[in-house]
Amino acid sequence: MEFKFSEENLQKIELVLKKYPTKQAAVMPVLYIAQEQNGWISKEVMVETASILEMNEEDVFGVVTFYTMYHKKEMGKYHIQVCTNVSCMLRGGYQIYDAVKEKLGLDNGDVSNDKKFSLEEVECMGSCGTAPMIAVNEDYFENLDKEKALQILDSLN
Amino acid sequence: MEKIVLPEIENFHQLDVYIQNAGYEAAKSAFTQTTNQIIDTVKKSGLRGRGGAAFSAGLKWSFMPKNNDKPKYLCVNGDESEPGSFKDRQILERNPHQLIEGTIIACYAIGAKSAYIYVRGEYHKWIKLLQKALDDAYEKGFVGEKMKETFGTDFSCNIYVHKGAGAYICGEESSLMNSIEGQRGYPRVKPPFPAQNGLWGNPTTINNVETITNIPPIIKKGWEWFSAIGEPKHPGTILFGVSGHVNNPGVFELPSGTLLTDIIYKYAGGVIGGKKIKCVIPGGSSMPPLRGDKLEGVKMDAESLKAVGSAIGTGGIMVMDEDTDLVRVLARIAKFYYHESCGQCTPCREGTGWMLKILNRLVRGEGTSKDLDLLITIAKNIEGNTICALGDAAAWPVKFMIARFREEFEAVVKDEVSLEPKNKVHSMRHTANPIAPVQV
Repeated sequence: MEFKFSEENLQKIELVLKKYPTKQAAVMPVLYIAQEQNGWISKEVMVETASILEMNEEDVFGVVTFYTMYHKKEMGKYHIQVCTNVSCMLRGGYQIYDAVKEKLGLDNGDVSNDKKFSLEEVECMGSCGTAPMIAVNEDYFENLDKEKALQILDSLN
Repeated sequence: MEKIVLPEIENFHQLDVYIQNAGYEAAKSAFTQTTNQIIDTVKKSGLRGRGGAAFSAGLKWSFMPKNNDKPKYLCVNGDESEPGSFKDRQILERNPHQLIEGTIIACYAIGAKSAYIYVRGEYHKWIKLLQKALDDAYEKGFVGEKMKETFGTDFSCNIYVHKGAGAYICGEESSLMNSIEGQRGYPRVKPPFPAQNGLWGNPTTINNVETITNIPPIIKKGWEWFSAIGEPKHPGTILFGVSGHVNNPGVFELPSGTLLTDIIYKYAGGVIGGKKIKCVIPGGSSMPPLRGDKLEGVKMDAESLKAVGSAIGTGGIMVMDEDTDLVRVLARIAKFYYHESCGQCTPCREGTGWMLKILNRLVRGEGTSKDLDLLITIAKNIEGNTICALGDAAAWPVKFMIARFREEFEAVVKDEVSLEPKNKVHSMRHTANPIAPVQV
């Protein structure tokens, strides 16, 4: 699968490059732009990113594999993230996680066959005061219980 | 009680409301002073870093070399990934302009022309809010080239937002710098310290978001005013984030030295169902936990907590009631540090995994009393033997949780090691003298 940045995204990258004194420093924002366009970071994305930023391909690979928010495979349309860290756990985070797992029939890191859902058990998201929580793609849903969490899943289509 | 970091003013996050309430006037007054005067004011105010180490902010600034042609940088740390910590998010949402103003003043004081505000990647919404505030400030000429005109000074600086991508370790200052440079977020060996060799090898200062947000009021009202708030050795207000088994969890801005029991019972509404407290972690999950029966009189500031064998950390207070299974809690904490260890130092990379495996064994009810001592041994072998403090952060909860709640752990372990060979056929074939009788 070939990958080229769109014209619009190339302009965005130009703006990003102005923020840093080196091209390499732009690798994280550029990877975010790529992920938005492509949905995930494929090998072709890394090669193209390396070529644009004049980096070694293996250095880009190193960055992609270090940070959990770059998807190394195609994820679902709705990427469900359930926090089970201590503050959420104390208020029922695992009940939600187990219920979501059962409802979607997915385990940690799985993607559903129709590519609609993917599931991830995440570490603390900074919602300890509004725990427990789930995040769907970029949006937080807080102060949940099992029923509310399942309702959120139902509302996604 | 006066709020310094999170004033209770409606729509304070909007630039016009912020300006109506004397916004950006601290910066204006800062530009009439010398950089030494500002550093001196911050030093005398006693402001200590709010990111965990509680190091003097003014002293940190004074480490920046004065006569050096290299470009200088400021990093503002909003990576906020410590479990139990959710205060910086409040600042980004409710008071971004005071953060931006503090950043400008800090840049001026240390001579930095560029500042990077590093915000954790999961905070998409709050990054947008901060970027909006920053765009507004640029447009009105409070940041960037136009600030020369606005403030009538010959100094100008740029502020950029850098978005993290889900790595706890990037809250560590040297790892944060590597991340901004576009590398894997591995911590660097210190020395050299960032003030000598930071971003791209240039002098750099890293301050927490909350620390920087405290700067404008200090410049505006003077160090005497600030140093009189709360405990003299750790003055000012602190954002305490209370989570866990309380009726009213949330962030409370209170003077340092406020009683822990007051925070839990007066502000956070007490424990759910009126239950007793078994355990409190006072400063985010890596800080040593306190026993529920030893909370009387504990004050929340760096020195007082040190005296009772814990630390202020990020002020994230996690409350656990009497029915909490601490073995499971500790196993969950261990899982976090296992997941977040960057893998650079062997004691941390391997040790966090071993601790997790043993704790999971305890959770399954298959642990032995020897496991408890083994856990403490592993923790002690990680602590102090790694490049950065993540090793200590992983070791402390294990070490102190077992030491302070030993009865909880002894209740789930068997007293003796089972010597019964698991694979009987195997042991018959290979052991000349079986250590236990083999029954067929």
